[in-house]
Amino acid sequence: MVPTDLRYTKDHEWVRVDGEEATVGITEYAAGQLGDIVFVELPDVGRTLAQFAAFGVVESVKAVSDLFAPVSGEVVANNEALAGSPEHVNGDPYGEGWMIRLRLTEPGEVDELLDADAYDALIAAG
Amino acid sequence: MSVVGEKLQPTLFERSRPGRGDGKIPHPPKDALDRIPEAARRVTPAALPELNEPEVVRHYVNLSHLNYAIDTGFYPLGSCTMKFNPKLNEWAARLPGFANLHPLAPDEIAQGSLQLLWELEQALIAISGMQAVTLQPAAGAQGELCGILMIRAYHRSRGDTDRDEVLVPDSSHGTNPATASMAGFKTITIPSAADGGVDLDKFRAALGPRTAAVMITNPSTLGLFEKRIGELLDAVHEAGALAYMDGANLNAILGRFKPGEAGFDVMHFNVHKTFSTPHGGGGPGAGPVGVGERLLPFLPAPRVLRSDEGRFRLERPDERPTSIGRLRSYVGNTGVLVRAFAYIRAHGGSGLRQVSDDAVLAANYLRKRVGEAYDIPFDRACKHEFVASAAGIKKRTGVRTLDIAKRLIDHGYHPPTIYFPLTVEEGMLIEPTETESVETLDAFADALIAIAHEAETDPELVKTAPHTAPVGRLDEATAARQPNLRWRPMAGAEMPCPD
Amino acid sequence: MPYGPHTAGDREQMLAALGIASVDELFADIPPALRASGLDLPEPEPELELSARLLRMAARNRTDLASFLGAGVYRHWTPAAVDQILLRGEWYTAYTPYQPEISQGTLQSIYEYESLIAELVDLDVVSASHYDGAAATAEAGLMTCRATRRERVLVSKAVHPHYRATLAAYFGGGLQLDDIPLVADGPDAGTTDLAALERLLAETDRPVAGVIAGQPNFLGLLEPMAEIGRLAHAAGALFVSVVEPVSLAVLAPPGAYGADIAAGEGQPLGIAPQYGGPYLGLLASTDALVRQIPGRLVGMTTDVDGKRAYVMTLRAREQDIRRDKAASNICTNQALLALAASIYLATIGPHGLRDVAAQGAARAARLETALAAAGAPRIHPGPYLNEFAVRVPDARSVHRRLIDRSVLAGLALADILPDEPSLADGLLVCATEITTDDEIALFASALSEELAGAGARAGVAEAVR
Repeated sequence: MVPTDLRYTKDHEWVRVDGEEATVGITEYAAGQLGDIVFVELPDVGRTLAQFAAFGVVESVKAVSDLFAPVSGEVVANNEALAGSPEHVNGDPYGEGWMIRLRLTEPGEVDELLDADAYDALIAAG
Repeated sequence: MSVVGEKLQPTLFERSRPGRGDGKIPHPPKDALDRIPEAARRVTPAALPELNEPEVVRHYVNLSHLNYAIDTGFYPLGSCTMKFNPKLNEWAARLPGFANLHPLAPDEIAQGSLQLLWELEQALIAISGMQAVTLQPAAGAQGELCGILMIRAYHRSRGDTDRDEVLVPDSSHGTNPATASMAGFKTITIPSAADGGVDLDKFRAALGPRTAAVMITNPSTLGLFEKRIGELLDAVHEAGALAYMDGANLNAILGRFKPGEAGFDVMHFNVHKTFSTPHGGGGPGAGPVGVGERLLPFLPAPRVLRSDEGRFRLERPDERPTSIGRLRSYVGNTGVLVRAFAYIRAHGGSGLRQVSDDAVLAANYLRKRVGEAYDIPFDRACKHEFVASAAGIKKRTGVRTLDIAKRLIDHGYHPPTIYFPLTVEEGMLIEPTETESVETLDAFADALIAIAHEAETDPELVKTAPHTAPVGRLDEATAARQPNLRWRPMAGAEMPCPD
Repeated sequence: MPYGPHTAGDREQMLAALGIASVDELFADIPPALRASGLDLPEPEPELELSARLLRMAARNRTDLASFLGAGVYRHWTPAAVDQILLRGEWYTAYTPYQPEISQGTLQSIYEYESLIAELVDLDVVSASHYDGAAATAEAGLMTCRATRRERVLVSKAVHPHYRATLAAYFGGGLQLDDIPLVADGPDAGTTDLAALERLLAETDRPVAGVIAGQPNFLGLLEPMAEIGRLAHAAGALFVSVVEPVSLAVLAPPGAYGADIAAGEGQPLGIAPQYGGPYLGLLASTDALVRQIPGRLVGMTTDVDGKRAYVMTLRAREQDIRRDKAASNICTNQALLALAASIYLATIGPHGLRDVAAQGAARAARLETALAAAGAPRIHPGPYLNEFAVRVPDARSVHRRLIDRSVLAGLALADILPDEPSLADGLLVCATEITTDDEIALFASALSEELAGAGARAGVAEAVR
């Protein structure tokens, strides 16, 4: 069961909203599919993202995947710790493995995303 | 017992001792470099290792023992065509007349090499049914780039500037979309049909005024001949696009199918696959490209030309302004091409056709045997290679194709290609080639079947393989997270020196 | 069939196992309209006859001339050990090391190659090699665009013409490539024009991603590399240095003068000329650019038992994973040539390499003196290492006639730079540690006679008129 306080995209990003800001990362399932994460490429602070726009890249030993913004917003922080310790994405994908914080520009978008049950169903279907 | 040698070696740098290995070159005059301005001179010498010749030889001989090679064992790598590398070819390439010729030597003193190149072009024309061939590209991937750049030049020459898309099937080799991107095209990936071939309807739907080219491997990367190839080529040309054939799998169709005659506009050859030139641990290769009428004007320069009197020359710079120019220095990887030439002459037309017949027969025979314990996704005759799947084994035992591959090492074989093409789950692409005996094919099949049983009875043994290689599975995550890409005395001290 | 093991009996056995009568049934899926009916090629040739044919062809090349031809490919003495080792089947018939457990030989040799070249160029990251110097230079140009997200690269007109042409081919898809002109006269003639470079960099509406210059340049001259680098960096561009590896034993390396990327041709490190290749494209960069560098990288790591081992790494950048987003479509490296270069460097050693470079310089100086005395002075005044251009009236036809006197008088520059009128009567000549005094004397005397003869012919023509 994935955390119930988060919302999810079908590309396996999660988003945690608090107030006008949101934190974004990738799910445990995605990290497992990728394998040992070796590098995460994140956008600079100040960049504005549209919903579902590609904002970065996550790289493992054998695979690479684009990262897509679950919601529109302006990047107010990115997780610099991942530069030295990309393994946080594997070890603590919903906590220390966070990737970016956004200031939301279209708060209503969150409601369009999958909730925990819907995401669980998605990954169970394979 | 290991399928390769076992003596791991320290690095050259760790063997180095000051003062060793001097005296190979006569000492230059002391003032030799005085006229070089100080600002341009090197201050800190390069810390290259100092070694005597016996140590160097021993180092490299012992390292060679750690390698698996065609000369030591069977290499069923799908898509790579690991056939025997004839020794005559090594002798030929090293003949001083070939080896010592400078690439900018005037044509009149290069007639031997020019003749060889020209005759090789003619042979590849006969094999492919194309109108002309360039031997310039240094590798298959560069051949692809050459082909796509010529296609781009063709469309531009016709004022057709809206064509910015290249279509590839989802089973394509990674170089195809990478090449399209390098040339500034967008890649549209078309899902394959259920029978493994191109989905003609989906291709037709995607073809249009924005399509510059379609890149097809035939036989496909699954080892299956594209039955619908005629219709696909018609559709491509109707849309005003051109058809590129990735010739990696030519070993399956020599004398049976000529891409140029069938309607492909351009193709590349991998001489290090079909024509036996050695892989060398990863290179060199060469990637000649054949073209039909439409792309002739755009071939890279310089072409090799033959006069009526049987003399040969290189095109002069600017002699053919429509050319896309050059993709590399000098005329081509002639040293590699000498080997390909010798191979083709040794076989002749009848021999090359026999090559494909035997390669396809061997692959189908092996496919039947391997099917005794593995899923075979496509229930039809394959060509020179076939795909098997361990999806069923994984479901029952948790053992994956990767584990089976590593366990093959313990059984004395180099694993086949794994997880390519990406369209088959837990896939193994197996290509025996025509130079392996029936006993070898049977022994390999027996080993694969034995491992399938091991997966049921002792899965841990398989999951932790290899057990008998000089090193076990490697920590690739750390290698990527904290790359150590050059020798430094400190870094070496952290990882134990083998001796 | 010369190398196939199958007897008729073997084929029958396999057909029987498949339950078919003929191998033709396995080709039934080729549409009948598209089937070929054999190959129009000569009959198979057994090794005895084929080897005679190959000998005859090789003999139609002339490699016996006293050669002063360089222009990017240089004759050096290669220790016999290099080829003896290269001929081991475990080296040349091995595949790409995708299964590292049984490829530690190849992997360690590439790691050592990366380390050796890193020492030579004084940069931290060295790729496992590219096709040749031209491809490496083109990849370097593309790297600067990716790293800076700019679209324009400047390349000195004194970079090897083949490399510049290759850059142009690789850059045809929307990126811009502009030439940096050379100084026309004075002490710096033939080198990159710094004032012109500054002007090109100042076009702020067309920011520059990278500046490419060679050391020595194609004309053999030494360039003001540190200054070029400074100008590039001041404009936010990266600096690419095109190098010749033997010279790096005695010339300042790219890392010392601020280059971000080094590219070059590794052929002089123990690889025969072979009429065009295969060669060895050197590509190296600073650590900051490691994720932008295309091609294979081999790193050191440990195995599951803690043993030191080597593996291809940072592979997610490569074509088989990245596909259309890969930095490059490159699928091979020149592994066997990288091995040859490593064995060469290991055998020659640092002192040997320095001696090779210094001997070349010494003999080139003798060559310069001899040619000047014979009537062919240098075109450019600036310093060179072992290659330079001389002025010879009617250079192309003199060059052709010298072949009949067993001299390969370098390269007639009009043949490779047809659009440079100032070089139309130039010959680009070089000397290395294997250039002998006898060869230099032969060149000088033959040239002297040709020029005197030409003078006599001109005199006769005058008289006739």
